[in-house]
Amino acid sequence: MKAALTAGLAGLLFALGLGLGGMTDPAKVVGFLDVAGSWNPSLAFVMAGALGTYALLRRLILRRARPVLADRFPAPPRADVDGRLVAGSALFGIGWGLSGYCPGPALVSLPVGGTTVLLFVGAMLVGMGVFRGMSRQPG
Amino acid sequence: MNAVLLPLLGGVLIGLSAALLLLFNGRIAGISGITGGLLSAAPADLGWRASFLGGLAVGGVLLATFRPESLGPPVLTSVGATLIAGLLVGFGTQLGGGCTSGHGVCGLARGSKRSLVATLTFMATGAIAVFISRHVLGGVS
Repeated sequence: MKAALTAGLAGLLFALGLGLGGMTDPAKVVGFLDVAGSWNPSLAFVMAGALGTYALLRRLILRRARPVLADRFPAPPRADVDGRLVAGSALFGIGWGLSGYCPGPALVSLPVGGTTVLLFVGAMLVGMGVFRGMSRQPG
Repeated sequence: MNAVLLPLLGGVLIGLSAALLLLFNGRIAGISGITGGLLSAAPADLGWRASFLGGLAVGGVLLATFRPESLGPPVLTSVGATLIAGLLVGFGTQLGGGCTSGHGVCGLARGSKRSLVATLTFMATGAIAVFISRHVLGGVS
């Protein structure tokens, strides 16, 4: 129960950060990726703020033996670069550039964004489901 | 608030959110991983994921209420292009093991080479997609 509460709070904070930062405005995201046109660099500051804050706090948090409400911190994921990583990221980038939505901002916009966001999130979940169905990997 | 401070503040909130999730739940704030996990995770693992996504949705409603200009209109309007973009984002993030948050923030903060390669890749193909749709095709909607 407590874990659901802190996760919900984290989700709320994440959404407010995306919104204030400008990530939930697809035109701004496309402008950030439009390096050959009227490039709008403001979203680089969102990334810098998030990276700096998390990198610092993460080091402090990992001094603890375990998380407050869980048994252990996540094990470091795999380190190798493979074709799936590159191919998947490449496909994701194309969808991101076309729509201006990555998963977080699309989900934040879902309750208020109208038909287009609904279609986008529906297709995104289908895409996720197709991959999970193909690979049958847990988690 | 100008074009630097507000994005920076938004970023700090995202970083705080990711830190909160790590400190209390011992989880990584990768949105595509949290969402994709809903489709195949064990029942005991569903609660925090659904709760995080619920928090995102509540945040969306709050933004729409108090700062509606932050939720810009979609750039895509046609059903076909929207569906294709959504499928690419969904499938691609699962195949690549992360998105802007998981690789671009949490992975990079950890100094992960995988996340650096992923981030450079999706930024590059995103820029290429924008270049082709805007400057070659003259605007895809």
